[in-house]
Amino acid sequence: MFLAEVLGTVVSPVQHPVLAGEKLLLLRVLRPDGSPAGKTRVAIDRARAGVGERVLVIDEGNSGRQLVARENAPVKTVVVGVVDYVELDGALAYDARSEPSAG
Amino acid sequence: MYLARVIGRVVATRRYPGLEGVALQWIQPLGEDGAPAGRALIACAAISSGPGDLVHFVDGREGALACPRPFVPVDAAILGFVEQAVARGRRIGEG
Repeated sequence: MFLAEVLGTVVSPVQHPVLAGEKLLLLRVLRPDGSPAGKTRVAIDRARAGVGERVLVIDEGNSGRQLVARENAPVKTVVVGVVDYVELDGALAYDARSEPSAG
Repeated sequence: MYLARVIGRVVATRRYPGLEGVALQWIQPLGEDGAPAGRALIACAAISSGPGDLVHFVDGREGALACPRPFVPVDAAILGFVEQAVARGRRIGEG
């Protein structure tokens, strides 16, 4: 799993049927300290995440298939949580509780 | 999954059994600003995409699962057309 920041949404009206009805998010992958890791991802949203929020992402096929409950689904990148805060080396590296709602 | 632009096609008539009829296309992954990011790769197309299209794709074992027969040697697949992608309020990858 990794952490990412939600940059925005991806609208895809014509796509593989297993993705029908899924909300897709555009993500910036983050390092532990919150700096960008230089990768942009597209993920299925299963955590009702919003733009600007920091999220927990899985990128593994078996987990993805369990989440969409379809055998042989070509799915692996899924947002599975919204992060409240992150501790790193005993200090807070990120704290959504003290930030104004991002947008 | 990632954003990409389809930049070309690859034609290979003699290919691994099970891949008959699967379109192979060059795709260039894009960053959050819509600019090319990383090296281009070849993906099989699960949709009727073509050069110029903005798409999203999956890599790894899941690429093969998007093909008509899932036990084929494929490591990337185009899964959908992207009509609109927004990063921080700005539409990206237009054109």
